[in-house]
Amino acid sequence: MEQIIANGLYLGAQYALIALGLTLIFALMNVLNFAHGQMYVIGGFVTYTVYAQIGMPFIVGVLASGATLAVVGALVQKFLFGPVIRKSMREESTMLLAAGIAFFLDAVILLLFGEKQRGVPKIVNGIFNYNDFTIVMPYDRILVGALAILAIAAFILYMQYSKTGRAMRALAQDKVAAQLMGVNVEHYSIIGFALGAMLAGVVGGLLVTITGINLGMGGPTSIKAFMMVMIGGAGVISGAIAGGFILGMLESIGLSVLASYGDITYLVIFASLMVFLAIRPQGLMGKPWG
Amino acid sequence: MLNRRVFMRTVFVAGIAVVAGMAAPQQAAAANEKLRIGFVGVTSGPAAAWGISNVRSMQTRAAWINATGGVKIGEKTYDVDIVTFDDQKDPKRAIAGMEKMAQEKIHYVVGPNVDDGAAAVRPVAEQNNIIYFPYAFPKSLYVKPASNAVLGMVANYQSGPAIYKYLKDKKGVKKIAFVCANESDPLSQRDGGVEAAKALGLEIVSSNVTYQVDTTDFTPVLTPVVSKKPDLLVLSGVAPANAPQLIRAARELGYKGLMSAETAQDANVLKEGAGDLANGFISVGGASTPEIASDTMKEFVARYTKMFGEYNDESNTKVYALEYILETLKTNPKAINDVAEFKKTMDTFSAPNPYMKGDAKLKYVGMTSFGQKRQVAVPMVVNEYKNGKFATLFIAEVD
Repeated sequence: MEQIIANGLYLGAQYALIALGLTLIFALMNVLNFAHGQMYVIGGFVTYTVYAQIGMPFIVGVLASGATLAVVGALVQKFLFGPVIRKSMREESTMLLAAGIAFFLDAVILLLFGEKQRGVPKIVNGIFNYNDFTIVMPYDRILVGALAILAIAAFILYMQYSKTGRAMRALAQDKVAAQLMGVNVEHYSIIGFALGAMLAGVVGGLLVTITGINLGMGGPTSIKAFMMVMIGGAGVISGAIAGGFILGMLESIGLSVLASYGDITYLVIFASLMVFLAIRPQGLMGKPWG
Repeated sequence: MLNRRVFMRTVFVAGIAVVAGMAAPQQAAAANEKLRIGFVGVTSGPAAAWGISNVRSMQTRAAWINATGGVKIGEKTYDVDIVTFDDQKDPKRAIAGMEKMAQEKIHYVVGPNVDDGAAAVRPVAEQNNIIYFPYAFPKSLYVKPASNAVLGMVANYQSGPAIYKYLKDKKGVKKIAFVCANESDPLSQRDGGVEAAKALGLEIVSSNVTYQVDTTDFTPVLTPVVSKKPDLLVLSGVAPANAPQLIRAARELGYKGLMSAETAQDANVLKEGAGDLANGFISVGGASTPEIASDTMKEFVARYTKMFGEYNDESNTKVYALEYILETLKTNPKAINDVAEFKKTMDTFSAPNPYMKGDAKLKYVGMTSFGQKRQVAVPMVVNEYKNGKFATLFIAEVD
């Protein structure tokens, strides 16, 4: 059981970081960014290129992933989502645009980075072995888990105490009121999207050391991120974090406890999620009014 | 005005001359008639690696043939033209792809890459006289009354028993566990493996653990399997993208036994994803290990690498289908538009295997498994991964 809990906590930390960027973009612009997973994949490939191919330090690779995706996110918001949100009152317009961007990024990833699974050398060797394999955790996972928690904490502090963070929270709470108070919606929307995409890039860069990266990871990553956001409550940062840890723990427990019944873990998770959403559609921490 | 007209005429004539000049060498190069060979398989999305190694193998070989004057079939010399269709691993798209091949009067197609796609295209292929070379294992595709599908590789129910027996005899394996993705190909491969292991008298300690195809962290998946302490952990039907993560997770959980797969893997992917933890991993390969690769195989690898930047070890097996099609057509040129002639030739066909050292032959096999010759004889090379490379563990043949 100790191992199951350790696996769940690690998965939860990485999932929470994935969900944060998605929920931020949703909170600011009401956009369901279906391309979030593809942005995560690009982040992984950038770190792979910088760290494994060029041979620069790992941290440079992660920073390059964050910077690259921040630029991609800003451009996507300025030239794609921004104009569509201004011109169209229909929410499905942004959803279709996001799906289109996801397909486009998949094609770009295939062209730039190829079809193969990629991995990087371990950043830390060795395994933490407690009480003769009662709990086993490779040191690189512990480090990545710690970095993920650190990144989550930094993000919360930034959103809580910086001027930009306060402006974005104001936008998320009430766009019209924020505008009346002098918040530049377009400017902070670009920053918000860039920040959300940057988080996807950073987590892609961090996790390439553990899971590797390949072209096909984008779609499934987006689906998991949406699940976490649904569990925690769309557009609520603390909800995304809670959703990440809950999903990680459910996955870890299910894969061990239900293993003898076959691959039914996600069946159980999805069924539970349906029941949960029927009772509480706004998620754990979301507000019923939006 | 006159000057302008003269200028325009000069530009026009010069333009015609440039276009004609550019076209002339192409016309010379295009003097050969085109022999179009199709590919229907997955080249995008999560499983893109399966089909891309197929397509690139075909394109590399076709470019090589065309650069050296084409392929002579009967009295005519042809340039090989590869017509591709991405089925996105969707059976409905695979049917559309095969219908496209039929509309374009293509009679020989490589693919699809997976079981359901290969089964879905069967009616289209049979109705439109198309011989196709799937990388799918269901026996119903190859036993009578089916006759248009030719298995392009060694099936797991052929390689699995050989690997388990070798490991039982040489490494003392007694307890075996299976883990696979929860989709049709890996599940059927796992079931075949379980049967083969039972037949050999091995104790199966775990066989019902599966994982979602999109799993990226395999530690929770393997935790219950590793606790059973098998001597051999079989990764049934494992995709090259997942193999390194599974190996790494198992080793990091303290697993000390052997690991194997009956699918082709890529040494560089294993090296990047699992490093030294992959040492000793056993998989089925093709013909590029140093012990058996001919100079032609080495040149193929070099040309592939030059054309696409990086070689894929899966192509060691996938280089063969196009070769079989062309060599069979060379043996019986009437088959070029008549698949009945092709089928007739398959029973007696034999040609030197250019990719292997020694006197290995290209021939159709499958009598034991399918009751008719509906499989290409690719060498069943069982490899062991060691320090970034595959080494040949043993070589066997399918009859």
